[in-house]
Amino acid sequence: MKKKTINSKDKRGYFGQYGGRFVPETLMPALLELENAYSKLKKNSSFQKELKHLHETYTGRPTPLYFAKRLTKYLGGAKIYLKREDLAHTGAHKINNALGQALLAKKMDKHRLIAETGAGQHGVATATGAALVGLECEIYMGSEDMQRQSLNVFRMKLLGAKVNEVNIGSRTLKDAINESLRDWTTNVRTTHYVLGTVFGPHPFPVMVRDFQAVIGREAKKQIIKTEGRLPDYLIACVGGGSNAMGLFYEFLNDNVKMIGVEAGGRGIDTGEHAARFAGGSIGVFQGCKSYLLQDADGNVLGTHSVSAGLDYASIGPEHPYLRDMKRVQYTFATDDEALSAFELLSKTEGIIPALESAHAIAETVKLAPKLSKNKIIIINLSGRGDKDVQHVARIKGIEL
Amino acid sequence: MHKIEKIFKKLKSQNKKAFIPYIMAGDPDLEKTMEYILILEECRADIIELGVPFSDPLADGPTIQRAAERALKAGVTLKKVISFVKKLRQHTQIPIVLMTYYNPVFKYGEESFINDAVDAGVDGVIIPDLPPDEGEGLIKLSRKTGLNTIFLVAPTSTEDRIKKITKACRGFVYYVSITGITGSKLILEKTFKTHINLVKKLTDKPVAVGFGVSTPEDAKMVSQIADGVIVGSAIVKKFFEHPLGATEFIKKLREEME
Repeated sequence: MKKKTINSKDKRGYFGQYGGRFVPETLMPALLELENAYSKLKKNSSFQKELKHLHETYTGRPTPLYFAKRLTKYLGGAKIYLKREDLAHTGAHKINNALGQALLAKKMDKHRLIAETGAGQHGVATATGAALVGLECEIYMGSEDMQRQSLNVFRMKLLGAKVNEVNIGSRTLKDAINESLRDWTTNVRTTHYVLGTVFGPHPFPVMVRDFQAVIGREAKKQIIKTEGRLPDYLIACVGGGSNAMGLFYEFLNDNVKMIGVEAGGRGIDTGEHAARFAGGSIGVFQGCKSYLLQDADGNVLGTHSVSAGLDYASIGPEHPYLRDMKRVQYTFATDDEALSAFELLSKTEGIIPALESAHAIAETVKLAPKLSKNKIIIINLSGRGDKDVQHVARIKGIEL
Repeated sequence: MHKIEKIFKKLKSQNKKAFIPYIMAGDPDLEKTMEYILILEECRADIIELGVPFSDPLADGPTIQRAAERALKAGVTLKKVISFVKKLRQHTQIPIVLMTYYNPVFKYGEESFINDAVDAGVDGVIIPDLPPDEGEGLIKLSRKTGLNTIFLVAPTSTEDRIKKITKACRGFVYYVSITGITGSKLILEKTFKTHINLVKKLTDKPVAVGFGVSTPEDAKMVSQIADGVIVGSAIVKKFFEHPLGATEFIKKLREEME
C-alpha cells in the first residue's frame, strides 16, 4: 500500500477533498510564512536534534509501551498494550506538539504564544513550552471548560500564562478557537498561534501530525522489540484527532487495523454528542474542510461530551480522508461507556486515564473479548486522568 | 456595466466617495432590517452590505457576534436572507452586497446560492473566510451570472497577494484597515497610506476601506484616501442601542465623507 500522506503536489494542503486554508486574508501571509518556516526546519537536522534532546531530557520520551496484563486477563481476549503518553511531562501527548511549535515560534522571532484549550491539557502544554523557551503566553478557554477543568486553569497560571475566559457561543473548545483566531488576526506580526490539534488551516494539520508522529515511531519499535511483530489493532480517541494521527501515521503502510473513537456523549439519537462521522456531514469550519456537526443552513451545532477534549464539532481533515480510503475505521463511545472504562482501568491497572483516553479503552472493552489471545491491540493512552478526578466525582454525586 | 461599477464611476466623476453601511440581516428581525435599509438609503448610502448571521463569525468582534446571535435566535438563515432581498427589491434598487461566512454558502451549494442570490437581486458577495486561493469555483460561477465577488486585502497582504486578490475582485476591493476583527478601534499604522496606495497602484478597481471605522472623524479621514468607506459595528450598535438616534448618526457619517 502506498503511504497515505498529503499529495506533495497539492500545495494548498488538501488530503483528498479535505483540508485547505479558509481564513481571513490577514492570516494568509502568516500561514504562508509558517508553512515556509516549518518546511525549512523540518529538514534542518540541528532543529530536529534540539527537539529530540528536549524530548529525551525534558518530556521523558520515549514513553513506555506497557503490557496491561490484568486488563487483558479481565477482558479475556487480545493482548492489550498501552502507549503511555500519560507519562509524558504535563500528563498528555499535547506536549509533543506544543514543544515543537514553541521552538519553531522562537526560531521565527515571535515573542508571544497563544493557544486554545478544551480539557486544559494543550493549554498547560503550551504554557509549559512558553516557559521553557521564554515566550509570553495567553490561553483561551471556554467558561464551561474552565469550570470542569479548574485544576488545569490554575496550572496554566502557575506556569506564567494568562488565561482568558471565553464567554460567547457554546463556551467550549470551538469558541476558544474562534477567540484565538481573532487574537492571532489582531497580533499576527508578533504572535504565533499554537493550534493544539491536527486541525485548522494548512499547514497546521500536517505540522501537528508530524510533531505527534513520534508516538507511533516509538510504539512500532517497542512492540517489535517486545513481541517481535506488529500489532493487529491500534485504537485511539479522536477529538481534533492529534493523538490518533500521532499513533497511526507510522503504521499507515503496514497491515495493521486502526480504530478512531469519537465521543458518543449521551447517544447519537439524542443529538448530544461529538461524533462527527456518525452525525455530521462535510463542511468548512475554522480554517478547513472536513466533517462537521451542522444544521441544514450550515450553522455549527452545539456538542456534548463528558470529556472536554473531545467536545468539538469538527475533526482534523486527514481523518475523513483516511476513512474514505477505508484505512481507518471510526466508531464512538458514549459518556457512560467512557466513565466505566475510566474506572475499569483505574482498578485493574492502577492507571487513572484521562476521560478522553477512556473512550479508546471503552472501544477496547468491546473489541478485545471478540479477538483471540494471540492478537495484539495498542491503545494510545493519550493522557492521565488527574485533571478529571473532580469532574468524575461531581458526576457521581460525591462531594470532595 | 454592473450596478456597483456604475455607482463608483458616477461618484468619481463628482469627486465623491461611496458610503457603504453594514447591518446584520434579521437583527432583531427582518421587518426591522427592511426599515433600516430604507433609512440608510435615505441617509444617502450608496451600497448596502448585508450581513448573514453565522454561528461562528471568526472575523467579527463582539458587536457583530452578538447581532448574529440575535438574528439566529430570530430564525434567520441564508435562505431567508435571499428571499428577503427579493422582497426588498419591491421597495428599493440600492445595490446589496451579502457578507456571509463560507460554510452557509458551501452547505447551500455554490451554484444554487449564486443563482438564487442573483435571481433575488443580490449584487455582490463578500466571504471573509474565503480567500481567492480557495474561491476558484465560486469565482467561475459568479462570472457567468454577473454576481460581484469582493475579496479582502489586509494590511499584511504582500504585493503578490494584492495582485491575486484584486484580480479576483469585481465591483470593488475591500481593504481591511487594521490587523484585527470588525469593530476594533481604528488605529492606523504609519504604513496604512503607503500600503493602500500600493493597492491602488496595482488595480484600477475602486478600493473601499472597512473594519474599525466607527466615528464621523474616522469616516472623514478614511474618505480622503479611499474610494469608499464601510461602516459596520458602529451602525449595528446604534440601531441596537439607540434606534431613534441612528438616523442622525448615519447622516453625520455621510456628511463627513464629503
